[in-house]
Amino acid sequence: MYSKTVMDHFKNPRNVGTLEKPDGVGEVGNPLCGDMMTIYLDVKDDHIEDIKFQTFGCGAAIAVSSMLTEIAKGKSLDEARRITNKDVAEALDGLPKNKLHCSNLGADALKAAIQDYEDRKAGRVRKDLKRTEKHEHDPGEKCYCPYCDTEIGEGQTVCRDCALNTDNQTAQEAREESV
Amino acid sequence: MMNLDHISANPLLPEVQEAMIKAIREPQGNPSSQHAMGERAAEALETARESVARLINASASREVVFTSCGTESVNQAVKGLALANADRKGRHVVTSNIEHKSVIRSLRRLKAMGFQVTSVPVDAQGRVDPAEVARALREDTVLVTVMHSNNEIGTIQPVKEIGRIAREKGVLFHVDAVDSVGVVPMDAQALGVDAMSFASNPFYGPTGVGGLFVRKGINILPLLDGGVQENNKRAGTENLIGIIGMGVAADLARRDMDDRLSRLSGLREKLLQDLPAHIDDYLINGHPDSCLPNLVSVSLKYIEGESVMLMLDEEGIAVSTRSACASGSLRASHVLLSTGMEFADAQGTLVITFGVDNTEEDVSRFLAALKRTVKTLRDLSPLYKKTAGA
Repeated sequence: MYSKTVMDHFKNPRNVGTLEKPDGVGEVGNPLCGDMMTIYLDVKDDHIEDIKFQTFGCGAAIAVSSMLTEIAKGKSLDEARRITNKDVAEALDGLPKNKLHCSNLGADALKAAIQDYEDRKAGRVRKDLKRTEKHEHDPGEKCYCPYCDTEIGEGQTVCRDCALNTDNQTAQEAREESV
Repeated sequence: MMNLDHISANPLLPEVQEAMIKAIREPQGNPSSQHAMGERAAEALETARESVARLINASASREVVFTSCGTESVNQAVKGLALANADRKGRHVVTSNIEHKSVIRSLRRLKAMGFQVTSVPVDAQGRVDPAEVARALREDTVLVTVMHSNNEIGTIQPVKEIGRIAREKGVLFHVDAVDSVGVVPMDAQALGVDAMSFASNPFYGPTGVGGLFVRKGINILPLLDGGVQENNKRAGTENLIGIIGMGVAADLARRDMDDRLSRLSGLREKLLQDLPAHIDDYLINGHPDSCLPNLVSVSLKYIEGESVMLMLDEEGIAVSTRSACASGSLRASHVLLSTGMEFADAQGTLVITFGVDNTEEDVSRFLAALKRTVKTLRDLSPLYKKTAGA
């Protein structure tokens, strides 16, 4: 199912871990979606001097994180910002179609880490890095289930519509079904 | 390769292989033909039918219908019973929240045809409360369909009680027993079922053969129209070679049932007992007592099941995972979520199923490999660090 390159990066992931005092941290995904990726950066002279990652996710998600860190290492911030999720998937000799969306978050995490670095440099408020797994919303923000697009309320960690009804059945159908 | 994924594929026992090879080599007759060659085929077919009938304690061998797989049996039972009896009883069906896809999708088909379906919940251990089934029954309920054992968490339902409730109300009762027949003792008469689906591979017969028990006198609409094979319940020339294999497997399952049960539950107990010495932060799913003897469902916290499965595969060990990431549809398991499990925990769920070819050494080797795998993946996981630091 996975290419040889994906399996190589999954089995021997490069740049795993955290940095002692990272200059930038980027985190994307949440456990509700199935994948979570955190990127740590050390920046020197506007170049990525060191990069590490932590990932909760499937084989593809781990390989994507590993490959991304390999591509980004040593690049200038401008070059690094231009790395796309597509570039990472291509460097891995492709990903299964159904994983292209959900597990291919590496470039997003890197962009978030660069943004964090620039925010810190500019003295903008740092995001709280000790984010917990609690599902919290910013005021006015809404969250939707990645599977059935039903709105998921704050504090709810599972889409109950999906939970009780599989496949293509819509949430509306599900409600009609429960008598 | 160490197979700890027997629920996906069982090996064929040597006696089953031999019987099938012998059947392949002999001239193949058609059981419907009246000449001598046809009669020999019909005899072989009936011998297999009697073996299967004995395995499930049917009152007569003609209550057994051979099909092509468990899914066909389920489709035949659910749609065939509902459609044949709707005019008499009504168009409402009761089921549970943790059924197999073949049941769920058969019911969806019926809904598109104007049926209504009520799905009753399960508790944290995956058990249906028979009282919930009683509450869900209506005047127009034609069928109750509930699985005997669950293929993801191993929980065995109180089928006998549910059957009694259905019978009191004159409602037909189908049991999806695909993962139970030939694995645990099953008695169609004692369970009081009107129909029961099963398959040959769970008891080491070939894939591509299933069976459906239909109690005498029950009206059922065939899915396939054609000849009068299988007592007019399933048209089409029989898969005789496969059926012969299933018959031999049924005889062996009956003969060896007690031995297998004690062997398999011994492996299961060893795994559960030795697990805490190898890993922490996990959940054991399903009912602790009312469960399959050969299945362990374990949710490993902070890591994802597909990566666990791939790493174990690298070590030559085959297991199954219920992570959404490993399912074709990328959907979380409706079974696990129905027990109230958090999505993130469902993601880390492995299903380990033992078979007669496994040994205690396999359990030890698996646990050592699992320990390495869990450590590698938790070292990678941002969730583990956060929780450990919290």
